[in-house]
Parts: sequence; structure tokens; C-alpha cells
Amino acid sequence: MSYIQGETGDWEIVIGLEVHAQVISNAKLFSGAATAFGAEPNSQVSFVDAAFPGMLPVINERCIEQAVRTGLGLKAQINLHSVFDRKNYFYADLPQGYQISQYLQPIVGKGEIVLDLPDGSSRTVGVTRLHLEQDAGKSLHDQHPAKTYIDLNRSGVALMEIVSEPDMRTAEEAGAYVRKLRSILRYLGTCDGNMEEGSMRCDVNVSVRKPGAPFGTRCEIKNVNSIRFVMQAIEYEARRQIEIIEDGGKIDQETRLWDTTKFVTRSMRSKEEAHDYRYFPDPDLLPLELDAEWVEEIKRTLPELPDDKKARFIGEYRLSPYDADVLVSEKARADFFEAVAKGRDPKLAANWVTGELFGYLNKAGKEIEESPVSAENLGGLIDLIADNTISGRIAKEVFEAMFETGEKPADIVEKKGLRQVTDTGAIEASIDAVLAANADKVAEFRSGKDKLFGFFVGQVMKATQGKANPALVNEILMTKLKG
Amino acid sequence: MSLDKATVAKIAHLARIKVPDDELDHLAGELSQILTFVEQLGEVDTQDVPPMTSVAAQTLRRRKDEVTDGGYRDAVLSNGPETAEGFYVVPKVVE
Repeated sequence: MSYIQGETGDWEIVIGLEVHAQVISNAKLFSGAATAFGAEPNSQVSFVDAAFPGMLPVINERCIEQAVRTGLGLKAQINLHSVFDRKNYFYADLPQGYQISQYLQPIVGKGEIVLDLPDGSSRTVGVTRLHLEQDAGKSLHDQHPAKTYIDLNRSGVALMEIVSEPDMRTAEEAGAYVRKLRSILRYLGTCDGNMEEGSMRCDVNVSVRKPGAPFGTRCEIKNVNSIRFVMQAIEYEARRQIEIIEDGGKIDQETRLWDTTKFVTRSMRSKEEAHDYRYFPDPDLLPLELDAEWVEEIKRTLPELPDDKKARFIGEYRLSPYDADVLVSEKARADFFEAVAKGRDPKLAANWVTGELFGYLNKAGKEIEESPVSAENLGGLIDLIADNTISGRIAKEVFEAMFETGEKPADIVEKKGLRQVTDTGAIEASIDAVLAANADKVAEFRSGKDKLFGFFVGQVMKATQGKANPALVNEILMTKLKG
Repeated sequence: MSLDKATVAKIAHLARIKVPDDELDHLAGELSQILTFVEQLGEVDTQDVPPMTSVAAQTLRRRKDEVTDGGYRDAVLSNGPETAEGFYVVPKVVE
């Protein structure tokens, strides 16, 4: 177990997460206004979203489907009967004075998420529930010294709030949870998972306790908008709480926020008394009744999800759990790998995709969809190694050129004259030249200095500009040195 | 059920309604009367009766996922006490 060392001994962190995921849909949850990101302020607002008197909400069937689809992807219970409630509070970006949400009877019940940890192990975290609710508008505080500007384009966009059980014990696990949830949502096509644009946001509940003791009092850190910040906020908050308790103080249950410039959490005092939301069923909306047959239909259209894909990659391609994780984390990566691996050595394909390709993409700040090297061309490169046209070492040089130009590997090999020398006569000639030029070292080798073998190989490769077939070089060199 | 002054003050605050102190007693009495009236419903045994959600036998009406509304910013902003550059403008609300 990973505990935190305090002055009075070990402490355990207990973490639960509430993730708000914006539903992918054309129109909003209860109105026909558009949801596209980045539009002119207040240009995608209907009278419903601006809460004009007398306007009534009508639910978007696509948003219901997306919530059910997500629930199924989380292996969760789908509630055929659920209820919309009003959560009452006042804020400038909430024109209704209440948020339409689900409280006691959410659309999705208990499910689970399997975390893939960096050491290759897995751990299952419970999902308590998923419910549908409206997003609020956006407040801009930096446009004017004394005023806040309000844009209601986001007001009424459908959100799924996905609540975890307090099952996580380290910041790494919390990070793995958000990563995995995002991956599942993207596979399902129910949320784009874009944390920078705010389409996925995180509230983090943190408490600490002595190992085995009952849960401590928790603090909620609101609206954390990157996985890195989630992990940093947890580390900071746990230490803050431990210090307070060890100094004889006690933790007040409160809402805090993560200061992304000072790297501390701080209290949001004004939120405190607002916790009395006075939920009640929304009289404008009847309960949501789902047809079991319809839910089954959605289930039949689910794609292969990351966990299943990972299991298949390990079973079918004999990949390590780590490589499988890296490849299935995004569907586009997995698809790319499978295209490369088709009819080829899968382990070699995985090495090239996770090693060279991801390395170059990372350095260039590109996504796999923007890769200058197509799956077909990377496959072609592996074929050239397999049929001995080029050596593995030269292949790296060819790959670099492919990444720069997007050209076919065979063309690059021809153009640059990189074809591997498999002509025994030519290799022998190079070896003879190297041995003749280093007669002293040959003598040393023969008197038992075996380590010099590598030196000779290096010299021969240098003389042939790396194009000599390494296996042949080794073989001929050994014969000649011993002879 | 009878409400005390403090509860009435809290309800008023949550609803953002300004109530002078000298009206709290009076309001506590009125609200308590309303609650007592409604509490008569508790005399009926509803143990096995599901909550009624509608007087008509109908289900929640659904809409297709099509953009059919919005795109009238000026109309939306027309009731705002203050607007600028396409935004509603309100007193600064930030921590």
C-alpha cells in the first residue's frame, strides 16, 4: 500500500471523483439551440436556455440515448424509470435559478471502471451513479474591472455527472481513473473528453485517515480541469489535512478550489451556505420511462471497449499488458496498430508503433490522426526489415525520413541507396580491409580479448555506412578472426 | 408544523427575498398555517400508492436531436439590465 508518512505515522488518502462530461449532441438537453463550442457569445441561446417566463423544457432523445450508452459502457445498471429534479441556487450564469438535474432516481445506477496502473496491474473502482443534468452558462471575469460578462451558449447543454465510490487511495489511481473514463467516453462517442475546452471537468473529494480507521471528513475541490491538476490537488490537499490533524486541529467539510498558479487549494467560503439546494421533482417534466428493448438495442451497437480490446491484444497478439494499455487508450491508436500488425509480426509492429512512431509524434506535438507516416507505410517498412532489404538500424533512419516527408519506405531506401548489403563477397572485402588496418587489435583478440569483437563489427558497419547485413557481418567476421 | 423566526429568515435568504425583521413573526405564523393545512394529507394512508406524476395518462414527450432554435441574440439580451459586446453584464462575481 502507498501511505503518506506523517509525524504520527502512516496516513491513507481516500479519494472519490465526480466527473462532469458534456454529452455529444447537436442540440441542448431541453431546447433546440446548438451546442457547438466557440460560437459568438449568446448566439446559441433559446428562450428556454435564458429562462424566459413560460418557456417549457422538452427533452432531447439523443441525450437520453447517450447517457444510456455510457451507462452500458460502464457495465452499469440502467434505470428504466428516472426522475428530473430541480436543484435550486442563485448564480449569475444560471438564469432559471435552478438546475434541472436528477437526484434520488438517476438514469444510471452502479457500475465500474477498471484502472490500468503504470506497473501493468489493474484495479476496479466502483461507479455510484450517472445522472443527466443541464450545464450552466459561462462567466467571464477578466473583461472588465468591476463587471462579470455572461455567455449563455453553454446554458442547457447536456451533462452526464459520473460519480465514483470513494475507492481510490493515491493520486496516481485518481489520474488513471480520469484517463480510463475519458478513454471509454471517447470509444463510446458520448463525450469528446476535451478537458481544455471544459467538456470534461472534475470535482475531487479528498479525506485522510489512519490505515483501517473509518473515513475522515472530506473536502471537495471543485472544477479541476486537467489530469495533472487532479493529481497535484490531491497531493497538496492530503498533506494539508494531515498537518491540520497532527497539529491537533480538525477538518471542516468545505468546498475548495485548486489555484493553478500557486499550486495550493483554498477555501471557497461563499459556497458554504449555498449547500441547501432544496431539490424537488421538476413539475415541468414527467418521469423518464425507458423501454427495456430499446436499451438492449443500444447495447448491441456498443463498440469493442478498451478493456475487451486490451484482453484481445494480449491474447491474440501476445502483447504485454503495458503495450496493450498504451495502444488501446485511444481507439485511433488501436486501429493504427491493427492495420500495421495485419499479416506481420505483432510484437514488432507494437514496438514500432509505441516506440518510434509515438516518440516522434510526441516530439512533434501531433496526434496519431495527423501522423505523416501512414499505417500502410509503417507496415511496408517492417516488411523491408523482414525480407532483409534493410537492417533494423537503417530502418530507423528510413523512418525518420518517412516522418519528415511522408514518402513510401521503399522509395526512400532506393533514393538514398540504403539497401542492405547481403552480397557475401562485398562484406568479406570490407572485413578484410578492416582486419588489415587493425592488425594489432586482431592479435589482441586472438590472445583472448573477446570484447574487441564489438569494435570490429562497428568498424565494418562504419565502412559499409551501416548497410551491411549485421548477421552476415557477425558470421563472417567470427570465422575470419578465429581463422 | 410550526416554523420559528430563524427558519423563516433562512428560507427568505435562500430565495433571495429581503424580509425586514419585524415581519418575520407574522410570516412565521402564515407559513406555519399553510404547512398545517397541507399536513392534513398525511392522514391518508398512501403506503401502497405510487406517487402520481400526471393527471393524464401520458409519457414524457421527446424531441429529435436537431438544431431548431437560438440564433436571436438581440432578442435574448433585450431584457438584460446591462449588456456589452453580446454578453449580459452583471456586478463582478468572483472569489
